[in-house]
Amino acid sequence: MHAEAAREAALLASLREGDEAAFRELLRLYGPSMLRVAQLYVSSRAVAEEVVQEAWLGVLTGLDRFEGRSSLKTWIFRILTNRAKTRGEREGRTVPFSSVAPDDDEPAVDPDRFLASGRWIGHWATPPRAVPEERLLAREARDRVEAAIAALPANQRTVVTLRDVEGLSSEEVCSVLDISETNQRVLLHRGRSKVRAAVEDYLDETP
Amino acid sequence: MTTEPTCREVVELITDYLEGTMPTDLRQTFEQHLDGCEGCRDYVEQMRAAIALSRSRDDDALPPDVQERLVEAFRGFRRV
Repeated sequence: MHAEAAREAALLASLREGDEAAFRELLRLYGPSMLRVAQLYVSSRAVAEEVVQEAWLGVLTGLDRFEGRSSLKTWIFRILTNRAKTRGEREGRTVPFSSVAPDDDEPAVDPDRFLASGRWIGHWATPPRAVPEERLLAREARDRVEAAIAALPANQRTVVTLRDVEGLSSEEVCSVLDISETNQRVLLHRGRSKVRAAVEDYLDETP
Repeated sequence: MTTEPTCREVVELITDYLEGTMPTDLRQTFEQHLDGCEGCRDYVEQMRAAIALSRSRDDDALPPDVQERLVEAFRGFRRV
């Protein structure tokens, strides 16, 4: 058994025995992420807090029936996104993955930045510049990335948030959102490409 | 033998590369391209920087009263 799976099995056993410290640890571990993820679906921080509470009550209710077919973490986040989706829809919001409408399909980089003819067709006409590490340390860099993620179309924003902000694995994200591995990767690609463009814009400005 | 991707193709393949979902032969030509192309190496670096900067740092915990209410609910459920 992997270390994480072993840790999770132990945690689950403690929870079922009513170990309060184990429950507090779980709240500390996933509470902050859940709060951010809930905000992808609902209108405000206050509503997100309510959704997270509802989700935890759902977790407590289902704890004895949880069969471990997915990881505990995946199961908790799936309960969360289901609750958040219902709540967001009730608020009349367009929630992530609510429609089958295809996402935009624009290229990762403006085609004008590549040579259109000649021996080096398809190669950079305007290549990106090197990344000066020190500029990435500025608060501004982080703010720009946060703004770029917030501006993404809903499905891309959800996948990028779960993967890159919260650090879930691709398997976990597919399972939580109930999407295919290919769909997950396409959304991640489009979303990340736009966040990368925001980093480049930031680096191209003279400091 | 897979032919080497162009830069324009590299920027669309980069996620498959970083996710480790690229077939071995394509991965080899992709890396060959990177070896010879500074622009694409910088592109990969910018992408890695974007991913690293996305990672949340500040942990925005649930308000203490909400946490206490949930712990109480936990106690209640366990008594049954």
